[in-house]
Amino acid sequence: MKKLYMDNAAGTPMHYQVIDAIVPFLKEGFGNPSNLHQFGKLTSNAIQSARESVANLINAKVNEIIFTSSGTEANNFAIKGITAANKKKGNHIITTEIEHFSLLNPLKSLEKSGYEVTYLPVDKYGLVNPDDVRNAIKSTTILVSVMFANGEIGTIEPIKEISEIVRAKEIIFHTDAVAAAGNIPINVSNMPLDVLSMSANQFYGPTGIGALYVREGIRIQPFIEGGVQEGGRRAGTENIIGIVGMGKAAELAKTEMQQRLKHIQKLRDMLCDGLLKNISNIYINGHPTNRLPGNLSVCIEFIEGESVLLFLDMHGIAVSSGSACTSRSLKASHVIMATGVDPALAQGTVLFSIGRENTEEDVACVLEKLPSIVERLRQMSPLYSQKK
Amino acid sequence: MQYSEKVMDHFANPRNVGEIPEADGVGEVGNPACGDIMKMSIKVKDNVIVDAKFKTFGCGAAIATSSISTEMIIGKTLDEALHLTNKAVAEALGGLPPAKMHCSVLAEEAIEAAIDDYLKKTTGKGLEKKKAHAHEEHHHEPDFRPN
Repeated sequence: MKKLYMDNAAGTPMHYQVIDAIVPFLKEGFGNPSNLHQFGKLTSNAIQSARESVANLINAKVNEIIFTSSGTEANNFAIKGITAANKKKGNHIITTEIEHFSLLNPLKSLEKSGYEVTYLPVDKYGLVNPDDVRNAIKSTTILVSVMFANGEIGTIEPIKEISEIVRAKEIIFHTDAVAAAGNIPINVSNMPLDVLSMSANQFYGPTGIGALYVREGIRIQPFIEGGVQEGGRRAGTENIIGIVGMGKAAELAKTEMQQRLKHIQKLRDMLCDGLLKNISNIYINGHPTNRLPGNLSVCIEFIEGESVLLFLDMHGIAVSSGSACTSRSLKASHVIMATGVDPALAQGTVLFSIGRENTEEDVACVLEKLPSIVERLRQMSPLYSQKK
Repeated sequence: MQYSEKVMDHFANPRNVGEIPEADGVGEVGNPACGDIMKMSIKVKDNVIVDAKFKTFGCGAAIATSSISTEMIIGKTLDEALHLTNKAVAEALGGLPPAKMHCSVLAEEAIEAAIDDYLKKTTGKGLEKKKAHAHEEHHHEPDFRPN
């Protein structure tokens, strides 16, 4: 059976050129980059060149990139580091209801220690209203964090507008760009982004490596204390393999972006059209046009997403679900719910996320298998028989 | 969190799916917001459950627990069926991931609801005392969502 991966939002397979870039360092990249000898020089040069590539991906300066262990760490670092360094200025933070848990949970912790957090709602497409940001700002606001794009429903937020509002008030703006960076163009010199999180495994780099962009002059408290690595802001001997891989992935993302966008968008539209044509009572989540290229999140009525995921997996097809049953909290995805989808319908959320390696045959395969799986589950569903 | 082979077998090849046309008792439990609805119908003869069928809206574990619990109650007396615990259902499936134990509770409740319905229809009176369900098994993790 052919293995068909359509869960790129959860993590992308490494680009073969990334693997090629990493392999020599598996053998020779053991020297501690902090040491002055030739072994240290080899790895510190490699890190420097990777940092240039990552900076170049978002048009940042080289010294504005801090490597982290993941997108989650980058988000934790941003939230905790910015608030700690600016706590004399105030204790109010503004964010949205659709952020990733790696942002929401650190904020929950901060709330327990005296910070105040405003969670902005989104509309049915998952869009944050920039006016809501403007209206939520008060004299104690020290940080606004709005994600660049949502990985679950694909919606790209009006970040330029929001960041300009925040900048005008001289407040620090962070964006979680984990789902966006490396997949759609981001240029930090085009809009006033102060801090930005990203992760290599969202753009065909290795897992276990991320980065935080911190604009020059922004104060942030070190996240891990120890040595002077990463400018003293994130101590610990560097993950050389990960960093080299992320650097190569960033370089490839920059050069291949337009061709990837074209290829992925075409497949996504094919899949979308096919699903709407072949399955009744199916609804598309997220914004119709302002969206990540490979994201296709749907709610399939009368059935539950995890069951769809399991049946597709039996046919070799890997996707994600936003149903309560796939989460530990036993609640449907907070993102889908924030867009106002009915709770029962939200249980039928299935996320197809297309990547650069997917083909038209992959889309055809999903379109061939899915309708009968849906029909089978509907025949089993008491909600479906009631409806009929 | 991975499912046992037994769970996957009952999920992929569920036994006794459907509705009994002239059922003696029907019970429906659960709610769509929590992700599962189970509808169980039974046929009773001389105090013994001679047939049981289910329809379920839910995840892999919900479908598998529904399927195996119909198998487990067919041939049992009403009293025996009422004594079937969610733990026994989960054990028969080779275990369930902790977050999915609530599915087995739902199966236990569906059986009870179907029997209750049968008793109401035949004696005019439902179960005297409903069982205290193991709701501590209803494994709700803390709510991560903003207030």
